[in-house]
Order: sequence, then C-alpha cells, then structure tokens
Amino acid sequence: MGKLNVNLCGIQLSNPVIPASGTFGYGYEFAELYDINELGTFSFKGTTKDPRFGNPTPRIAECPNGMINAVGLQNPGVEKVISEELPKLAKCFHKPVMANVSGFSVEDYAYTCEKLDKEAQVGWLEVNVSCPNVHGGGMSFGTQPEAAAEVTRAVKAVTTKPVIIKLSPNVTDIVSIAKACEDAGADGISLINTLLGMRIDLRTRKPVIANKMGGFSGSAIFPVAVRMVYQVANAVKIPVVGMGGVSSAEDVIEMMLAGATAVEVGAANLVNPYICRDIIRDLPEVMAKYRIDSLEEIIGGVK
Amino acid sequence: MKQSIFKILSNEALTDCVYKMVLSGDTSAITAAGQFVNIKLAGLFLRRPISVCDYDEKTLTIVYKVVGKGTEVMSKMKPGQELDILTGLGNGYDLSAAGDKPVLLGGGVGVPPMYNLAKKLIAEGKKVSVILGFNTKSEIFYEEEFKNLGCDVTVTTVDGSYGTKGFVTTALEDMDYTYFYTCGPEPMLKAVHKASRTSGQMSFEERMGCGFGACMGCSCKTLTGYKRICKEGPVMRKEEILWES
Repeated sequence: MGKLNVNLCGIQLSNPVIPASGTFGYGYEFAELYDINELGTFSFKGTTKDPRFGNPTPRIAECPNGMINAVGLQNPGVEKVISEELPKLAKCFHKPVMANVSGFSVEDYAYTCEKLDKEAQVGWLEVNVSCPNVHGGGMSFGTQPEAAAEVTRAVKAVTTKPVIIKLSPNVTDIVSIAKACEDAGADGISLINTLLGMRIDLRTRKPVIANKMGGFSGSAIFPVAVRMVYQVANAVKIPVVGMGGVSSAEDVIEMMLAGATAVEVGAANLVNPYICRDIIRDLPEVMAKYRIDSLEEIIGGVK
Repeated sequence: MKQSIFKILSNEALTDCVYKMVLSGDTSAITAAGQFVNIKLAGLFLRRPISVCDYDEKTLTIVYKVVGKGTEVMSKMKPGQELDILTGLGNGYDLSAAGDKPVLLGGGVGVPPMYNLAKKLIAEGKKVSVILGFNTKSEIFYEEEFKNLGCDVTVTTVDGSYGTKGFVTTALEDMDYTYFYTCGPEPMLKAVHKASRTSGQMSFEERMGCGFGACMGCSCKTLTGYKRICKEGPVMRKEEILWES
C-alpha cells in the first residue's frame, strides 16, 4: 500500500485530508458518525475574540455544483472554545487540531492566537484573513499584501506553533499576498477561501442570502483553486494547504500535484458527512491506479 | 443520524402541488415525530430537508409541496428509483407535556409532521384534536387520514370554501385543550403563539446547509440562547421563542 503520510510544518499527518473550517464544527457532530482520528487533522470553526451570532438568515443558497454561505463567523468566542469546546473534543479526537482564527483588528488576531497557542491540543494556527462575510475585518486583511503581512507579524510575535495564513481568492494578485505573508514569517499558506458570490430569487426579486452576498464554494470552484494553489506553491518556499471544491481522492492528488502539502475538504462535508473518511479510504486504490507510492513525493509534481 | 439508500415505493399527487412519497429503507435513526430527513437529489448540490410525515420499522412517508427545483425533481421520481437520505435529524416533538387533551395545528405543508405525532399521542391514550389550515378547498389533504387515526378533526380554509372559514387560530378560540403542537408558515406560528392559552411546541423552517449541525447555516436567536434549527430544533418550546420581526 502506498504511503499517505505528509509533514505539515513539522508535524506528521497520517494522511493529507483535513476537513476545512466552518464545515466541521468543533468535530463532535462527525465523531458520532465515524472515528475522526482517521483524519489527518481538521480545522475547527473560525474562532474570534468575542462570541458572535453571525449574519441574519437565510445564510445559505444553492448554486450549480456548489453553494453560497454567509454565516458570518458564528462562534462562541475564544474563551468558551477553550473552556468548553476543546475539552469536549479531547474525548473524541487525539491528534493535534488546526485552530482557525478570525479577527476584526490586528490586535484581535494576536489576542485569539496567543490564547489558542497555549492549548496543548492545538497543532497549527490557521489565520483566516479571507472571510468574505464580515464587515470591517476578515477579508479586508487578506486583500492587501501589507495588511496580510501585518497580521502575520503580530500573530508570529505572540505564538510558538506553526502559523498558516488562509488567503482569499478575491484578489487580483494572490502571489504577492502569499509572498508578503512568507516574508512576514508565516510557516504555511492555505487557500482558497470562498469566492464572493450572489444569487437572486426571480420570484421575490431579492437576493437569496439576507446579507446579499456570500462565499461560493463546492466542486464548481475546484479549477480556480488548483490554479491558485499552483501559482502560490511555485512562488513560496513554505508549505501550501490546498482547498476549494475538493470532493474525491482524485481531487486530493490533483491538488498535491499542483503544489499542496495537505488538502482541505469543505462544502462536500455538508452534503456527505462521511466524505473525508471515504476519500482517505479511496486514496490507496487511486494512488495505485496512477502508480503513486508516496503522496509526499508528488507534492508540486507539476511544473 | 444515519445515511442510507431508500427505495421509492410510491410517489403520488395529493393535490395540484402536494405529493406523498413512501420509501422503504432503514428508519432506525428516526426517534421522534417532528424530525426531518435530508435528501440528496441528482443535479443539485445541497440536500433538501423534508419533514417526516410517518414511519415504521421499514418505511418512511414524506408529504411535500413542489416549491422549487429540488421538490420538482422529487415529484417526477418513479417507484423503484433510489434516494440517498440522511435520517434522524432534528429534535422532534416532546410528548411528555401533552396533558390528556392536546391540540395539533398544521398549516398547509406544515400538516404532514402532525400525522405521526397524532398517531403517537393516540397510542398513549390521549384525546387528540387536530386543526388543519388551508387557503382553499382544492389544497386540502390528509383530512381522512387524521380521522382514521381517531382524531377530532377541524379543517379551516381562508376563503371559506370548506370547513370553518378563517385560520387555524379561528378554530382554536373555542377549543378546550391541555397543550398545543404546531407546524406551518411563520405568520401562522406567530398567530398560534399569540392566540394559544396553554404552553406548546412549534416547528420552524430555515434554509439549511448540512442539516446536522455542522455549518451554522440555519441558526436563530431564542430566549435561551442561539440555536441551530437543524440540531437543537426544528421544534422549539413556546416559552423560548424570540420573534425578531
């Protein structure tokens, strides 16, 4: 059987499959369905300094081969994540978890990351500078190289664990932003977050989503994600975590050939809650079909 | 929650746009009346949440109204075809507070979940009254089915073309009941909330991403905190509901 393990920023993963933040809660809904220790790791629900309800509903819209969400970072806030969610998670997940963090100011990001960095369960900090669904924060930090670098520096100054900056595809030059984060000390880059999208209800002549716009994800965005992962992986030396529309073992391999060290799976979890487990189980057979002995060897295989 | 494949046994129109589909499959994850299932349909990305009308060990009955692409696809399916369904979703109705004379109010496509609830309450020996609200006579369905269970059934129509003229709340006015259970469009739920003289439970609808608590797509604010319609709901107690508009 081929080797599935990869090394992400100094931590070994038994396989490269990682449920993406916002599609896997804090893990235990899925732990009721299968042993989530089968996963490489998972990225938990985007956590902020203060508790947030998020946006008004409807927050979800159907799209061709995908969906739009405008949840708006609903989460109980970092204190409660540490006091309630992490202890619950410890009972069903025994691997380092990826802590996904969002903020509305540079200080917010640093505050939340510093707290989570001290938690033994946390392996990596995935810093989301790309949420399209909040105003005055989130994506605004990820659309300018200087702002993304400033968040990176502030987080790196107060943490010891690997810091992965999660980038937005809603930019003109993704490479310049990735490089700015690398220069500021980022240990890895993850991409892509959702594409800004919109649907209109013909009957009511109103946007389907209460917040009007939201993040478009699902298999429809896979080619855009592969392209951006390829561009960034060829421009930086730090590991890249690829995501965007991944829903099969073949997609995981394609992302890795484009340059991803590990691969996150997002919207597909909402449609098939077993998808990550199934992808991991399918990988050996698909690897054999394409004569791949070790996933680590194919990272960035396409030049 | 359980994911499994169901086979369609029948799929027939009850009115112009309301269909009844009976499926065979593993229903072991369904534990309460008022729960829902989430159905994967060819050509559509997100699953479609539909309330459970009735179930036994081997069959699942759903009654749905064609309102969009998903339900349109469903309405064209034939016996023998298979569907990938997540079952056992949501909390469902709590029967323990019903008292001896509960009233069940269903409005339009909110009628179906009342059926299995009525069945369960009658099995517990309750005297069950049911108020079924529709816009007009041609939209009425399941009146006989509720009567056959042994319920005291009142039908209301907004235009007065059948039964009591008015809304479900019109019929509720001079009824004697110990508790209420309801499902229907939000304006109806609000009216029942206001008009009811006892405590009760109501089932809510929202556009969902996953249907099992992972995405926070269907959250709402209640007097007892934030809740996910798909996980802590869809049934809420009267006392915890916070009307936002």
